[in-house]
Amino acid sequence: MSCKLVRKSFCCLKQARHCNISYNVFRTLQTNTDANKDTVDIVISGGGMVGTTLACALGKEGLLHGKKIVLLESASEKKFDLPSEYSNRTCALSPATVKLLSGLGVWDEILQMRCQPVKRMQVWDSCSDSMITFNNDDLNDNLAYIVENDVILEAVKRSFPKSHNLNIKYNTSAKSYIIPGITPGHDGLDQNSWVTVQLNDGSEIKTKLLIGADGMNSTVRKACEFHTLRSDYGQSGLVATLKLTGDTENNVAWQRFLPTGPVAMLPLSNTDSCLIWTTTTENAKHLKQLSEDSFIDAVNDAFWHDRDMNSLAISAGGILNGVLNNILPGGASYSRQLPPTVVGIADNSRAAFPLGLLHSSSYAGHRVALIGDAAHRIHPLAGQGVNLGFGDVACLRDLLVEAVKNGTDLGSLALLAEYETQRQRSVLPVVGVIDGLQRLYSNNFTPIVMLRSLGLQTVNSLHFLKNIIIKQAST
Amino acid sequence: MTSLRLCHKCFIVLSNTRTKQYQLIKICGKVLQNNPRSCQNSIATQSSRFNSTSTADSPNAHTTIDQDEHHKFTKLASHWWDEKGEFYALHSMNRLRIPLIRDAFVDASDKESKIFPLKDKLILDVGSGGGIIAEPLARLGATVTGIDMVEENVRIAQTHISQDPEISGHVNYIHGAVEDLPEEGKFDAVVASEVVEHVSDVDMFISSCCKLIKPGGYFFLTTLNKTYASYLLAVLGAEHLLRIVPPGTHDWNKFIPPEDLQLSLEQNGMTVRLLHGMCYNPVINRWSWISNTDINYAMYAVKSTQSIHSHDTIEQTDY
Repeated sequence: MSCKLVRKSFCCLKQARHCNISYNVFRTLQTNTDANKDTVDIVISGGGMVGTTLACALGKEGLLHGKKIVLLESASEKKFDLPSEYSNRTCALSPATVKLLSGLGVWDEILQMRCQPVKRMQVWDSCSDSMITFNNDDLNDNLAYIVENDVILEAVKRSFPKSHNLNIKYNTSAKSYIIPGITPGHDGLDQNSWVTVQLNDGSEIKTKLLIGADGMNSTVRKACEFHTLRSDYGQSGLVATLKLTGDTENNVAWQRFLPTGPVAMLPLSNTDSCLIWTTTTENAKHLKQLSEDSFIDAVNDAFWHDRDMNSLAISAGGILNGVLNNILPGGASYSRQLPPTVVGIADNSRAAFPLGLLHSSSYAGHRVALIGDAAHRIHPLAGQGVNLGFGDVACLRDLLVEAVKNGTDLGSLALLAEYETQRQRSVLPVVGVIDGLQRLYSNNFTPIVMLRSLGLQTVNSLHFLKNIIIKQAST
Repeated sequence: MTSLRLCHKCFIVLSNTRTKQYQLIKICGKVLQNNPRSCQNSIATQSSRFNSTSTADSPNAHTTIDQDEHHKFTKLASHWWDEKGEFYALHSMNRLRIPLIRDAFVDASDKESKIFPLKDKLILDVGSGGGIIAEPLARLGATVTGIDMVEENVRIAQTHISQDPEISGHVNYIHGAVEDLPEEGKFDAVVASEVVEHVSDVDMFISSCCKLIKPGGYFFLTTLNKTYASYLLAVLGAEHLLRIVPPGTHDWNKFIPPEDLQLSLEQNGMTVRLLHGMCYNPVINRWSWISNTDINYAMYAVKSTQSIHSHDTIEQTDY
């Protein structure tokens, strides 16, 4: 260190003598004296699906090859073998997500393991006959793919670039963060100081950019003191892996709105489907404890029963149908399909988790960005949650690559503000619509039931509107 | 009309230009300043000034540096790196000026793929301030010398870059005036962004900068035009109404029309390659290229490989 300084000053002197003019030269001082302190460009806190995918995406960018990227994953590195039984935690990946994953080579890995395409979607109301169906016109394009979370994570890990600029630290989690300007006693906004991450092993990492991918209970978000909007629906999601009758083609996603919340059945294979049943917390607890046979009956009942039917809404729907048949060319014809019958469930596949809305009013702060559930967590009723997270990944990756091209500091506030603006523009409408739908359908008050049935029926007959919805949902 | 007068102590000719301010002139290869008192002090300060531990509070006796501007920027120095602070519009301007500099050196085909498009390029950033331009250029591979009249700026810039080991070895900040730099024909490019409107003698400043550029090297400038529009928007609007920059940042009298700048460049063996207007949207804090050069504009010129003055037409590409 001192050698370097002496050498540098000597050089300066020599130059000065040579030029016959001396300068007030300020030498470059390396302040990075603490050996225990690593300096890196990007730290991603949280090795879930979204965080891991971002690490993979950044590691694969040629322009980011010189940048040091660290991924903190609290779990240990495990060898993954594809189990014969399907997992109960799944995602419906939208075409936009598939496009992102294809670009990273992750999609090929998923295809080599397993996934199931969704060609058609049928959503109906338990209080009336109204329903809506979605499918891309020729049934060739898939609406979505149902993939197990474990499979996605493994596929991303298998696609990790071999480059050594990407450092995955297993069994490591952040203990605390020092964010200048927020953490008490650390004011450094004037100097745009870096963020320090203190790890559970006692070491510290200084980073230009900290990315919080640490889920709904994000510690990064808490360290930033971002205002967070929460709404507890008093609901839980019950998941299970279902066994179906017969070996027929299973490529329809079914969803029925019950007054207690939507129940959905998503295809995993021709004989398996995944159940996502949103219901009151008590009911979820009760359903979880039922015997296997009673549970199977309860699931079939949820898709088939007509106890909640509202006669007024049904007759209004009938009249509307007559009107629509007269005004629309070709009539408001729709084909109602019947959901498959459940005959069994996979052992120990029942699990329940609390649901709610969570939205951080900021996605970015001083050298910090939030992605995935750390920034926004929505109701699973449209299966959009993880897709929004993958949208964050694509957006942040593109902006970081652009920043490298322009020599911009990767933690620049302008860059992160741009990320926040772009993402909130995409996420907020989805959050609003999903929250609205959730409230609209957890209700059996007759006027509301009538209005929503008529609305749903009308939308179902207007093909151009449905195409817009499909397009929106797939980007 | 230019009048000449003598400084009693130093017997040096001083010129009074049309702006009624005493300006600098060059005599016997040395640059000296107008103010007789500065001249008196010059001999005394000269030795202390170049001390590495210099705490001289009377900086830069012999330069195009303007005293008022010097005081103004000393006060603002601590805000350079606060991206929400006084200089946020300047941070945002990097979105235009860094690609402008980068693309002058790189073929359009390589633009997307090169990690270090400015590798091995020596660039001088005149009026480097906190290093807002110097740092990105260093990240693109350049070796940058930043020179600034305000000692505090240099200190701030130095402290800031020291936290980034990736580039801290590639930037050297100097406290001083560009006139004092002896490295003739050394730099691949000189950048003077938002500087020309703060110097006291534009012609001399330009000529000093041009000397430092290699034949075939570039000179990048961004500044403000001297129009009514620039007075209304850049001075009244940005400083007093919207407070985008602190009131008093700009002196409209020092703004310079692009034609004058071009003339001055051509007199120094440079050919202007590009002239673009720049437009700032304060709502979204973003700059964009426009064809109108009435307010902000960017210009870049290339130094002829021979010392012949050429008069190429200026390229005005539409973005």
